[in-house]
Amino acid sequence: MTTGPVIELRAATKRFRGATGGVHTAVRELTMSVQPGEFVAVVGPTGCGKSTTLSLVSGLEPPSSGVALVRGEPVLGIPDGIGYMFQNDAVQPWRSVLDNVAAGPRYRGMTKAKAREKARAWVDKVGLGTFAGYYPHQLSGGMRKRVALAATLVNEPSILLMDEPFSALDVQTRALMQDELLRLWSGSNADGSTLDPASRSSVIFVTHDLDEAIALADKVIVMTASPATIKASFEVDLPRPRLVEEIRMTPEFQLMYRQIWESLREEVDKARERSVVAG
Amino acid sequence: MSAVLSPVDAPPARELTGAATAARNRRIKVWSIRVVLVAAWLGSWELAATYWIDPFFYSKPSQVWSKLVDWFTVGTSQGSIWTNIAATMQEAVLGFVLGALAGIVLGVLLGRSPLLSDICAPFIKALNAVPRIVLASLFVIWFGLGMQSKIATAFILVFFSVFFNAFQGAREVDRNLINNARVLGASKLQVLTTIVLPSATSWILASLHSAFGFALIGAVVGEVVGAETGLGLLISRSQGNFDTPGIYAGMIVITVLALLAEAILTALEKRLLKWRPTAAHEQGAQL
Ligand SMILES: Nc1ncnc2c1ncn2[C@@H]1O[C@H](COP(=O)(O)OP(=O)(O)OP(=O)(O)O)[C@@H](O)[C@H]1O
Ligand SMILES: [Mg+2]
Repeated sequence: MTTGPVIELRAATKRFRGATGGVHTAVRELTMSVQPGEFVAVVGPTGCGKSTTLSLVSGLEPPSSGVALVRGEPVLGIPDGIGYMFQNDAVQPWRSVLDNVAAGPRYRGMTKAKAREKARAWVDKVGLGTFAGYYPHQLSGGMRKRVALAATLVNEPSILLMDEPFSALDVQTRALMQDELLRLWSGSNADGSTLDPASRSSVIFVTHDLDEAIALADKVIVMTASPATIKASFEVDLPRPRLVEEIRMTPEFQLMYRQIWESLREEVDKARERSVVAG
Repeated sequence: MSAVLSPVDAPPARELTGAATAARNRRIKVWSIRVVLVAAWLGSWELAATYWIDPFFYSKPSQVWSKLVDWFTVGTSQGSIWTNIAATMQEAVLGFVLGALAGIVLGVLLGRSPLLSDICAPFIKALNAVPRIVLASLFVIWFGLGMQSKIATAFILVFFSVFFNAFQGAREVDRNLINNARVLGASKLQVLTTIVLPSATSWILASLHSAFGFALIGAVVGEVVGAETGLGLLISRSQGNFDTPGIYAGMIVITVLALLAEAILTALEKRLLKWRPTAAHEQGAQL
């Protein structure tokens, strides 16, 4: 087993050609790492480069300079065992809910019957059991998000990248899904046994919601306004297992929240000022 | 559509039957007006040809009808009508299938490869600008009076109409979907077959509708230019004999064939696109 970080970005920079022909730097000199089994939440002002950071780790975009490493190897192409839930839900409109969820196992060579059986369990887990035969256009936005979540998790990824996965859900469903995600990630079974932390999957979870970030993560990373780089990193020492609705009432949580929010607010203000000047 | 609604969220029965009655009344109205229009048109043509205009040049519905009856009971100057229909259909179907396949394959290939499409763009534009019907004359010289020259004409007409749609469809595939499939573990080929093709399908099917019409036109024009059998030959013989009803009769037979093919394609489209919101293809079907 490797003992180093599972995911590592070293001075990674990503530039895009801007709309007017100039060069836009989305991510600059970003250095961060994620340990095996660690749950890292990333917060930052809108448009700062969070999604871009995930695309570097997933191998969908190569860095312009610097390196992205997964399990110590430079990322060329899509690393093994990665799951990526995109910001815009990427469900295939021509497949039913069940077949959307079965897509990953099918791509990986499983027979149709076995893939569907596996998918079935996940469709039930995200609460869409009665909608298994529906096509995506017959679902609500939040339901499509859940399809995307099931389609990602069915592959049992050891590295999980999530880009605002719950932002389209109502408050109750969101709390439910957050708890469910924690339960799945920590591997706790119905009998109460949990996975050894090192064999959990490593998660990078991008969100706008600081509450959500603190409630879920081991570490919250605050990104600067565009171009993104790490502004600060906060260890979250709240005990696990957690229930998100309960943990946010504790004084420790509130304290963390104030600390991180101080840091984040500066960047949000900066981003807002800039957009006012630019607009 | 209603099949997927669970009993709980199905609309109340009265509302449903009300909507069904309204829809039926509307259908009856639309059809009666259609019938009246056709009757008025045929009637005025018949009257005009009987009393004012020269039926030798313009013919009239009753003459066309008896010509059709004659063809189907006695046979045509070129043998049984069924042999001629079979010949034309065979050419059209072969040209259609080959042209559509080539159009889809090349269209999707070029649509997915910016380099290839850059290289080929000017050639395709030039080829597309060539008046393709004229090629029929060339094909008769190349391939002779037999079937090949008609298949080639149908092929060319079908190919271009399908190619451009397949190309556009393959280009407009959602990047997000492709990336998602890749992360889920899809190989290049799997991305092509499970993402690119299905999302280009609605574009491709839209072009197939007009493409079968083009295949028929190609086959018939090829036969008019020079052939030993087929509906186009019937039409050109009728023209040679100043047999105006024969030309109309040929047109009617071809139209019926085209409509039949259209119905088959529509059924196929409904099957393949059952994942789409109903409103979209119901509207399409109404047009
Ligand atoms: N493919 C691309 N081409 C050009 N510019 C891009 C591309 N992808 C992202 N950008 C730019 O990079 C910057 C960061 O984008 P990114 O999507 O990473 O932001 P984000 O932090 O995820 O924002 P949000 O929270 O709103 O999702 C933006 O200014 C965006 O315009
Ligand atoms: Mg984003």
